[in-house]
Amino acid sequence: MSLLSNTTALLGKELRTEFRSRELLMTTVIFILIVMVLFSFTFDPSSAESRRFGAGLLWLAFLFAASLMLQPCFLREQTNDTLSALRLSVSDPFAILLAKLAANTLFLLVTELLMLPVFSILYNVPVAKIFGQLLLVFFLGSFGVSIAGTALSAISAQARMRELLLPLLLLPLLTPILVVSTEVTAGLLDAEPFVRWKGVGFLATFDVVFLTALWLFGEYLLEE
Amino acid sequence: MSSPDPAGIRFAQIDKRYGGLFALRGVSLDVAEGEALALAGRNGSGKTTLLRIAARLVRPSAGTVRFTWNGDVDCANPRVGFVAHATMVYDELTAEENLLLFARLQGIEAPEKLVKNLLREVGLGERGGSLVRTFSRGMRQRVAIARALLQRPQILLLDEPGTGLDPEGVAWLAETLRALRDDGCTLLMSLHGESEIAALATRAVRLDAGAVVADTRDGADIRSVMAFAGS
Amino acid sequence: MLKRVIGGAVVVLLLAAAAYAAFFIAPTDSRQGVIYRIIFLHVPSAWTGLVAFFICFVANIAYVLKRTPRWDWLGVSCAEVGLVFTSVVLVTGPIWAHPVWGIWWTWDARLTSTFVLWLLYVAYLMLRTLVEEPERRALLSALFGIFAFIDVPLVFGSIRWWRTQHPQPVIMGEPGSGLDPVMLRVLLFSWLPMLALMTLLILARYRLEAMREDFELVRRESEAA
Repeated sequence: MSLLSNTTALLGKELRTEFRSRELLMTTVIFILIVMVLFSFTFDPSSAESRRFGAGLLWLAFLFAASLMLQPCFLREQTNDTLSALRLSVSDPFAILLAKLAANTLFLLVTELLMLPVFSILYNVPVAKIFGQLLLVFFLGSFGVSIAGTALSAISAQARMRELLLPLLLLPLLTPILVVSTEVTAGLLDAEPFVRWKGVGFLATFDVVFLTALWLFGEYLLEE
Repeated sequence: MSSPDPAGIRFAQIDKRYGGLFALRGVSLDVAEGEALALAGRNGSGKTTLLRIAARLVRPSAGTVRFTWNGDVDCANPRVGFVAHATMVYDELTAEENLLLFARLQGIEAPEKLVKNLLREVGLGERGGSLVRTFSRGMRQRVAIARALLQRPQILLLDEPGTGLDPEGVAWLAETLRALRDDGCTLLMSLHGESEIAALATRAVRLDAGAVVADTRDGADIRSVMAFAGS
Repeated sequence: MLKRVIGGAVVVLLLAAAAYAAFFIAPTDSRQGVIYRIIFLHVPSAWTGLVAFFICFVANIAYVLKRTPRWDWLGVSCAEVGLVFTSVVLVTGPIWAHPVWGIWWTWDARLTSTFVLWLLYVAYLMLRTLVEEPERRALLSALFGIFAFIDVPLVFGSIRWWRTQHPQPVIMGEPGSGLDPVMLRVLLFSWLPMLALMTLLILARYRLEAMREDFELVRRESEAA
């Protein structure tokens, strides 16, 4: 009944549910693909230009995809009031949030990694050598997006116009992630790749700060 | 299915406000250990709110809820089962997966056997591996009850449990609840005209506009307390 | 009533004094001429907006822990007043930039961060309009307000870092460029009337919110009867 065991059990549930239907993953992947194609019309997609704009394109696509993908997070728990069942069963309500944010991070990361080779091919930007570093940035950035996104999804699920509200709340809040992740990724996509370590540290800071805030105030997000 | 050490509930001066409206106003109620209490009242009289406060899903605006055990006040964490209006189970999981999940969350060790037995007891022994999405309302209700019984509750809260059940389902439910009551579980149930279930109550209380207006403990006639329970 | 009149009079006097100082005491900037004096409106407004948002943050935490409506009234009042001051910053920026640089907007670090700040608190107010029930509205907006405010230093920090990678024209001079000591004193003095005005506006808005709640209460009780 510890936090860890509760979280693992719930994470198992989230993953099992998603892999059974795969709706979230599929629709998110297709959405990112659409965004990539559309973006190709907004600038001249030569390799040099792509290196300059590619990072921004990727992260904008990820952010928009996330703000859609996070919608069902708590809405699903409303259909049969399963959220109440969870609240009654777990020893620490933070387990519910932790499991959801772990699942969301994983889903985001999977879609991002699926899209990376596509981006590489469509825009002629080689990524094989810097894959490990890209993975690091994608992880830290996606983790931050998930933490904020899970919290805000819990909030918007209780309001009207929730489909519009979630992006409205989430996107300004995630500005630091967008700014820094883009910069670090741009550095990696450069003809002479380099890691902006300051940026990586910043992303880690964002993650720690928001995770702490979620830990402190999370239970109130789940209140009835 | 339940434990022979029931717990009691003590509501003291409970208020619950939503904006300017009082869902509950000054409700004080003592549910004795082992009692089977039927809550009656029109829609909006506060029955659901009171149950959700007992389940500690909702915070009262004022007042306290305490639990007693063996006459000892303040049993901190009694095992409470809750059967609500909604089924509170996942449609996308099988009945067995649902119960295993909740059992693990509640810290029940090696729950597989318990879950299998419970499913059999609620009459779903064959359907454990089917997705809840494929179940009828009656079957979902049975899963919900199995979920509530996982940790051998000392108190069982039920909110209009007969809703959407066919006569056969209601009969089964009444039978199950009677067995639980006899086994020594405290029952607090809000009813909406399910006379078969009301029949097993040892006490009835009527709520109106968030306040207690009649109690069979004070001598009110049980039929008049339960009357118009559906209107 | 008398207190409000006195309060108002004090604010007006302070504003007048600050205006006088801004126009007549602060020396003329050699490069930018008269228009630079808008700095005495632009910068203190930015500081005041942040102060208001900070009070909002404190009120939000207090509401989540205590659940008394007063904290919610204080929170929304500070958010709205803070938004007003932040809007002043966003408007005076271009007004200053255009005659001096010939462009209306520059993605200068502070201005951009202020824009994001503005969007955050607009989102806060939008959230409030989309939740009907008062206690739920208060709790949800308080929680969002907490997340929004802890984001503020991260926003400013990240954008400032970004600017070191992509230099932009800076409105109001680099942070390092020293300010003439007299100008600095006038600047700090100009902050006083802003804070006084902020306090007055917050109090007025708070009173309005309190009255609105009372009215809602009476209305609902009479409807229920």
